[in-house]
Amino acid sequence: MPSDPPSALSAGTTAAGPDPLEARHVLEFPGGYTRSTGPVIGRFLTELRDRRIVGVRTAGARVLVPPLEYDPDTGEAVTGEYVEVGPAGTVQAWAWVRAPRAGHPLDRPFAWATIRLDGADTSLVHAVDAGAAKAMRPGLRVRPRWRERPSGNITDIECFVPEVTMINAPVRAEYRVRPGAALTRFFTKIKDGVILGGRCATCDQVYVPYRTSCPSCGVLIQEEREVADTGTVTTFAINNLPDPRAPEVPFVSAYIMLDGADIPMIALVGGVPAHEVRQGMRVRAVWVPPEERTMSMANIRWFAPTGEPDVDLSAGVPGGGV
Amino acid sequence: MGERCAVIGVGQTRYTTKRTDVSMAGLVREAALRALDDAGLTFADIDAVVVGKAPDMFEGVMMPEAYLADALGAAGKPMTRVHTAGSVGGSTALVGASLIQGGVHDRVLVVAFEKQSESNATWALSTHLPFGASLVVGAGGYFAPHIREYMRRSGAPDHIGALVAVKDRRNALKNPYAHLRIPGIDRAMVESTPMLWEPIRYLETCPSSDGACAIVLASEKAVTGTPAWIHGAAMRSEPLTRAGRETVSPQAGKDCAADVYRQAGVTDPRRDIDVAEVYVPFSWYEPMWLENLGFAPENEGWKLTEAGCTALDGDIPWNPSGGVLSSNPIGASGLIRFAEAALQVRGMAGEHQVEGAATALGHAYGGGAQFFAMWIVSNRKP
Amino acid sequence: MRDVAVVAFAQTAHSGHDTGLTEAETLHPVIEEVRRATGLSRFGFTCSGSCDYLAGAPFSFVSALDALGAWPPISESHVEMDAAFALYEAWVRLQHGDIDSALVYGFGKSSTGDLREVMTLQLDPYYLAPLGLDQVSYAALQAAALGGDRAELDEIVRRSRADGRANPHALDLPDPSGTEYEVEPLRPYDIAPITDGAAAVVLAAGDLARELAETPAYIGGIAHRIEPHYLGMRDLSRSPSAADAARAAGVGKGPVDVAELHVQFSHEEPMLRAALDLPEDTVINPSGGPLAANPVMAAGLIRLGEAARRILDGRARRAVAHATSGPCLQQNLVAVLESAPPSEEGARRG
Repeated sequence: MPSDPPSALSAGTTAAGPDPLEARHVLEFPGGYTRSTGPVIGRFLTELRDRRIVGVRTAGARVLVPPLEYDPDTGEAVTGEYVEVGPAGTVQAWAWVRAPRAGHPLDRPFAWATIRLDGADTSLVHAVDAGAAKAMRPGLRVRPRWRERPSGNITDIECFVPEVTMINAPVRAEYRVRPGAALTRFFTKIKDGVILGGRCATCDQVYVPYRTSCPSCGVLIQEEREVADTGTVTTFAINNLPDPRAPEVPFVSAYIMLDGADIPMIALVGGVPAHEVRQGMRVRAVWVPPEERTMSMANIRWFAPTGEPDVDLSAGVPGGGV
Repeated sequence: MGERCAVIGVGQTRYTTKRTDVSMAGLVREAALRALDDAGLTFADIDAVVVGKAPDMFEGVMMPEAYLADALGAAGKPMTRVHTAGSVGGSTALVGASLIQGGVHDRVLVVAFEKQSESNATWALSTHLPFGASLVVGAGGYFAPHIREYMRRSGAPDHIGALVAVKDRRNALKNPYAHLRIPGIDRAMVESTPMLWEPIRYLETCPSSDGACAIVLASEKAVTGTPAWIHGAAMRSEPLTRAGRETVSPQAGKDCAADVYRQAGVTDPRRDIDVAEVYVPFSWYEPMWLENLGFAPENEGWKLTEAGCTALDGDIPWNPSGGVLSSNPIGASGLIRFAEAALQVRGMAGEHQVEGAATALGHAYGGGAQFFAMWIVSNRKP
Repeated sequence: MRDVAVVAFAQTAHSGHDTGLTEAETLHPVIEEVRRATGLSRFGFTCSGSCDYLAGAPFSFVSALDALGAWPPISESHVEMDAAFALYEAWVRLQHGDIDSALVYGFGKSSTGDLREVMTLQLDPYYLAPLGLDQVSYAALQAAALGGDRAELDEIVRRSRADGRANPHALDLPDPSGTEYEVEPLRPYDIAPITDGAAAVVLAAGDLARELAETPAYIGGIAHRIEPHYLGMRDLSRSPSAADAARAAGVGKGPVDVAELHVQFSHEEPMLRAALDLPEDTVINPSGGPLAANPVMAAGLIRLGEAARRILDGRARRAVAHATSGPCLQQNLVAVLESAPPSEEGARRG
């Protein structure tokens, strides 16, 4: 069996291939979260922008750096008294990052450290650019290296450097996401122009899209059941806010009970002016040409009216519906 | 039900589009201190803290209770974080109450918040994973079809939604904490605003708010001040994708109401309950929930709305605080309903007080109208 | 306090890579397993733990509810915490006296995202998260503050991985080797492996517990505590909140045959051992612990399940389980599981 490689050495071994059923999914609020700081954090960051580091005094006369709004020991609000500390300080504990990650403040090996700034009673967590791990030790004296253009963020201190030798908050999480076993099966059939459902043997209901357990009974669904690409609009919304998945505004998103299914799917209705869509209207899937089909719902452009007479919904929703 | 439990303190922040003067910790602290002050207590008197909020993507802070422990005086105590979608504020109150009803603690601080201005609600709620089979277009796009189906079944006239929008915003003018203040609002103004997700108009939807709400709960022997006693508490959830699911009047809502009424001895909610704070984020949900909660027969909820029964001076006032339609810090919105119900039976609701309110319903729902939380509070000890 | 016991426990065969199943698909078999084991299809209360940022989208618990088959509607709640904290909520709910059973479950797929950076997002959003301080880095700061003995830590990993290889639910990881650091002083093998998985527990109260299990694993005491957040203002070499929780749960009131500890980094084992004041002869993490399989959001619940399993099958009389949440062991839950019902000696409570 192989030994445990550090992460940078194994990077790339899990790189996604051209698997059409693996997608990159990024959660990133455009422009970054707009974080209001409140007066205490705001004061610290304002001083930081002026290249000063301040702490705040607690009722018990301790100096907290960075200033917290509430004394972590007592939970009381801190006093309004700010005290300039540092800028030099002493390393308490440190951890060495051999292979920096994209989000780290430095792109070369560095230390994370808890640093007791002169005049403070608590430690600040920050990075130390020490060149090599062996330069780090508890008690090491460090001072801040300032960013060229401070903006009022904890990263205005680019890092700390050993004394002797030398906000806006982007949040981003990236995932590799796969559709799961049931949806993979469903998309495989969608690629062939078939809408696949699953029938629960316990409650005799046909679920679309295909799924492997019954939301009502909690049992495994083992029987696949193809359903028609025709159905009935049970209800719908006319959306006047644009959506990247819809060709224009307004667009209709409808609950469509496919023939042979017992639960509606939500899909676009097209090929008809929005205000002519009706509850009970009969529709049929408009598929993209076979050569353009992929393993996704994009194969169905939308559902368009068949021209058949409307279904009378007052007698209950077709295909079940309690 | 277990041990007796009462609300002895309520604290709210002013709800507004952007609270740029405080941090997240400052926001929750403000509500918590007001609730403690109302109860005549300090953080030192609290045994446990329960925090609730909607998805963490709103603020981009995962499990923010870890960072908020200091601000909520939780160090050295048990702290719990609840998340049940839109119903979370209500569920958070119930989880807090459970700690007392189970005999584990005597005083519990419950806090719920959302600071929506840190990002954007539409973005946070539409960060869907790849590979969806269904087209989901935001909360309005999700609920509009169910409202349309309600209108079809009940034959309710088109203007009912506008009546609710006007009534709740007029109530909001009497609530110093409410977000939307639209003096002179009337049906014509609501009907002149554009359809966002037809049949939902702009002024028939809730705002995006920053805000926090807190309550202090106590066991019988730890009660201070003016108690609102809990007479019933229940949660119910149902699957989103069940075949044949009734989406207009979900079974989980009916079951939850039946449970809470049974505990409280309510047999006719319209008669036995004096005031209700019900989660109505789109105006049409008032008539829909009037039926789901048994205040009106099926397909007739809109008649109560139209007749003014749910107005502040009606026989069963709904949302005298202005409701979710007037203030919506999502994660806190459910707790605000529960807290406002308590304020009413404590006689402390100020200008929007319902005269003589003795029994009140607090209600919250979430997800695809599939998660429900409710309680009934009263000025009488159970 | 009412006698409440763990009567059934199930977990997935945890995976070190994405098997192509959704969270809900991963969860479904363990729910079926505890239903079969207890013969119960409905529970008085249901509570779960999962995490939106781990899943990469809001409302991770909604699809789980569909996998459960929650019909007719169920009394249910969810914590955005490890499912061990959901078990605590269920234990409290059972104390009301009106219901006798509860289903608890947790699930997570760490493989889809970058766990180290996802965990950055739970830090103070003004002073710590903007630095990009990742999970392994802050754990390394704690390891440095502790200054643990390298040989002792190596032995903890060797033992945990060997036990894991003997556990069909844990990963097959080799004996630790290599001298490079991930983030010094942590070596790659000091870090719990990326794991996907799910687990479920059934709690029963009073007579039902005795009906469903020959030797129910009674919860003799259970408590959790949190401590302040900012890392520079804590003594990172100690875990006072774990010690407080252990005292409240009554760990020291008797011998401890087995302890299942939520050790995600090897140095956390000696820290927790000290905080919980465990006797010398206590067997630690016979399942291999999270160093052998760490399905985040279920791993704490699995500690309770593994400890309970040793009472249920008669191998232990008194066991301790621990679960944690937050950076650097900020929040800790401790439970004592016993073969004798606590009513016979009076339960400790949180």
